[in-house]
Amino acid sequence: MRDHSIDPTFLALPYERLGRVALERARDFGVSHADFRFERNRHQYFSVRDGVLDGSQDWEDLGFAVRVVLDGAWGFASGVALTDSDAVTVAETAVTVARVAAQMTTRPVELAPEPVHTDVSWVSSYEVNPLEVPLADKVALFGRWTHELLAAEGVEHATAHLYQVQENKYYADLEGSSITQQRIRLEPAVEVHGADPSTGRFESMRTIAPPVARGWEYLSDGTFDFDGERAQLPELLREKLAAPSVEAGTYDLVIHPSNLWLTIHESIGHATELDRALGYEANYAGTSFATVDHLGTLQYGSPVMHVTGDRTVEHGLSTVGYDDEGVEAQSWDIIRDGVLVGYQLDRPMAHTYGAELNGGRSNGCAYADSPGHIPIQRMANVSLQPDPDGPDTEGLISRVERGIYIVGDKSWSIDMQRYNFQFTGQRFYRIEDGRLSGMLRDVAYQATTTDFWRSMEAVGGPSTYELGGVFTCGKAQPGQVAPVSHGCPSALFRDIRILDTAQEGTA
Amino acid sequence: MRVVGPQELVEHALTHSTSEQCVVIVHDSTSANVRWANNTLTTNGVMRSTDVTVIAFQGVGNASVSGTAWSLEQVSGLVEAADAAARIAAAAEDRADLVEGTATPEWDEAPAETSIEVFDTFAAQLGESFARSQSEGRILYGFVLHDVTTTYLGSSSGLRLRHVQPSGHYGCTAKDSALTNSAWTGGATRDFSDVDALAMTDELATRLGWGQRRIDLPAGRYDTVLPPTAVADLMVYAYWTAGGRDAADGQTVFSRPGGGTRVGETLAAPTVRLHSDPSYPGLESIPFVVASGSSDRSSVYDNGLPLGPTDWIREGRLNALLQTRHTAAVTGLPVTPAVDNLVLEVDGGSGTTSDLVAGVEDGLLLTCLWYIREVDPQTLLLTGLTRDGVHRIEGGEITGTVNNFRFNESPVDLLRRHSAASETELSFSREWGEDDFSRTATPALRVPDFNMSSVSQAL
Repeated sequence: MRDHSIDPTFLALPYERLGRVALERARDFGVSHADFRFERNRHQYFSVRDGVLDGSQDWEDLGFAVRVVLDGAWGFASGVALTDSDAVTVAETAVTVARVAAQMTTRPVELAPEPVHTDVSWVSSYEVNPLEVPLADKVALFGRWTHELLAAEGVEHATAHLYQVQENKYYADLEGSSITQQRIRLEPAVEVHGADPSTGRFESMRTIAPPVARGWEYLSDGTFDFDGERAQLPELLREKLAAPSVEAGTYDLVIHPSNLWLTIHESIGHATELDRALGYEANYAGTSFATVDHLGTLQYGSPVMHVTGDRTVEHGLSTVGYDDEGVEAQSWDIIRDGVLVGYQLDRPMAHTYGAELNGGRSNGCAYADSPGHIPIQRMANVSLQPDPDGPDTEGLISRVERGIYIVGDKSWSIDMQRYNFQFTGQRFYRIEDGRLSGMLRDVAYQATTTDFWRSMEAVGGPSTYELGGVFTCGKAQPGQVAPVSHGCPSALFRDIRILDTAQEGTA
Repeated sequence: MRVVGPQELVEHALTHSTSEQCVVIVHDSTSANVRWANNTLTTNGVMRSTDVTVIAFQGVGNASVSGTAWSLEQVSGLVEAADAAARIAAAAEDRADLVEGTATPEWDEAPAETSIEVFDTFAAQLGESFARSQSEGRILYGFVLHDVTTTYLGSSSGLRLRHVQPSGHYGCTAKDSALTNSAWTGGATRDFSDVDALAMTDELATRLGWGQRRIDLPAGRYDTVLPPTAVADLMVYAYWTAGGRDAADGQTVFSRPGGGTRVGETLAAPTVRLHSDPSYPGLESIPFVVASGSSDRSSVYDNGLPLGPTDWIREGRLNALLQTRHTAAVTGLPVTPAVDNLVLEVDGGSGTTSDLVAGVEDGLLLTCLWYIREVDPQTLLLTGLTRDGVHRIEGGEITGTVNNFRFNESPVDLLRRHSAASETELSFSREWGEDDFSRTATPALRVPDFNMSSVSQAL
């Protein structure tokens, strides 16, 4: 990958000066901590339908925030006018907010220590910034793709979109850290739609290319086989439309990484966020069954289950150099031999709980999605590790007598303590006597998290490992979105409950 | 650089754009929030933003560029970017004449604002609630937010429109100290004058009290009372799915098999009316179209188009779908753009949620729903969870608290299958109200055979 430096148009912004002014003003009030975060995030989204542009939008978030701890209470304020007087005002507002908050703060806030990182910078790994590619070229490519798909038999409509982000952040605090970063990411997707005129039944089929922290080269460098995938879509759609509904019951499942990443996200990623385990999200995203008293003893899954958290993997959507509290990126174990051994942390939680989890230090999971939002603990790249000697996907399928092979994600839902989940997918294949035997449709799998992961008999080898992910994982109040990746191999699960969703819908 | 008013930002952009036509949208927003958990404050904040969107129209194309902007220099940058992009933009399928108009009397007024002081009364009460809850063995978790956004819309076709939108909501979860019993209450407010933290915590104490008797029930179909918040959750999803273009393209529950839409077909009980109205009392919302980008259900060419009362379902028949002028022409249906509120009324519905409960011999009362996602677009089958209190009803009385369930149900089907409804009241969708859609009015609905697909162990 090319070694990029930070975008000069970001470097030209007055963040260092505003940071100094704001932090000095905060210091005047005797705060025990103050940090300053300046962000410019650029987004571009466009969609096409049947070869024609639906619409495109460019937008940019620019501004800064000051966060203080005064008398043990948080105060946070943000602003958008890039003047010294506004930096002072925002710092003073944060102090005012902390004073209001002190009335309601019953346990003082303290932060885990972090080495000071002065004048450091970090840039994610990519070749070509997609925002620097002319929009007309991008629209033309996606327009051509959908136009060609529309010509295929059985395709009534073809849609596509591309979402691209350039995120620039500057962080500074009273302890002396000053960190400048840049991240690039993009999410492409193509979908075809068709119907069976004899029944009126309609279906869709989408590409399984994941969103990634890469540049425009992702569309053509062979990382993902977009041409092959597009060529298959019409036939996959026709097969799905002609497929029988699944018969509800219990089946063995082989799940491809393009589907399993989302099950990991919901049932492991969120369940091992320490803020959820402590109840901070009880009124919104929910809590977790995996509470701290289970650390080191909870048999989360079968012994083949090894799950890591990291903010370091190349092209990972959660990967950074430093988090939004100035903590250097790390990687660590979350589940080892099927047992819960770790959590995702930020600095306040690491102060209280970090001693046994990460030597008293945060593992760097603080993130804010925009300058106007407060950093909270957000998800690291949480990944299921392959078996170094594991089989390929065909090898896993060969071990199943009666089952279903699932590819691609679609619908998802999980309860507020991360027990009961239900997922669908893009493509479902019947497995009979160790071989694929045609498509099924209307499949949903439903399970309780620990039952599901304990039923995982085998994980595939490194050749089956892929990085999936999402741009817009939601959490917190006010709501924030975060990008995150999840790597995993194909994996084999025994005796999972399967619903026929067509039957579920009839009363 | 100089900080200038939103009207000046609009005029500056319109004057400096070199494109044939131009629309400028300014959102000036202030908000304040407080969040708590485990009977103490966790996060809080005061945010301010000024976002400017410049849409430049040139020939058959257009370009939309948005950014944070508080100075004339920043707006100039947005205008240059939009003008340059419009010159080489692909042809827009939805192109149409811009809406024409003149300056409205309130155009010159400054943006409205809020501040952390909006919570002064509430914050003092909340501190007292923490102390009381701590001593009585209850744990509180919650959030309040107040936002005031003033929108300015100007165009080269003469429009000068302004709208002030106050939005606010409160929500609080309570658990017993063993974390085995959970309750929730919440709602929408325009200014917090009607929100009382002590009353909120009293309500939670009552609901937790219902859970002193715990009953385990299996999955199955139950005679179920859905309170207005749960009905709002389900109806908002149905509303979002009601795009005219998607229906005509054969992709939603509102598509007619074989082609076209189901407008005119009976989908619901003949007593059902689902409608929107920007002037609905208590749910007042922006009365004109604001579209920063085009999609299948919004068009930048429609900016400034007046919004009026619209019936989506009338006497049980599908009456209209979300349309732009372009999709209306494509589908041959009237121009009925989305309105930022939604009201469900059931003719003959009477009384309150409690009155519906009193009529149930053996059934369930839900508190709210959560994690609602689409499973099958053809029927609009949704899945999700019950949350923070499923209560057993026996002989018209609440007799205990039941485990949670995963449900699989279609909101469209519930509008057909319900057996009773309360009067419509202002409501707040727990799942969608905070970030997406806060202005709803719905009744409670009684559904004789609500599909609880499996048990959730979540407490």
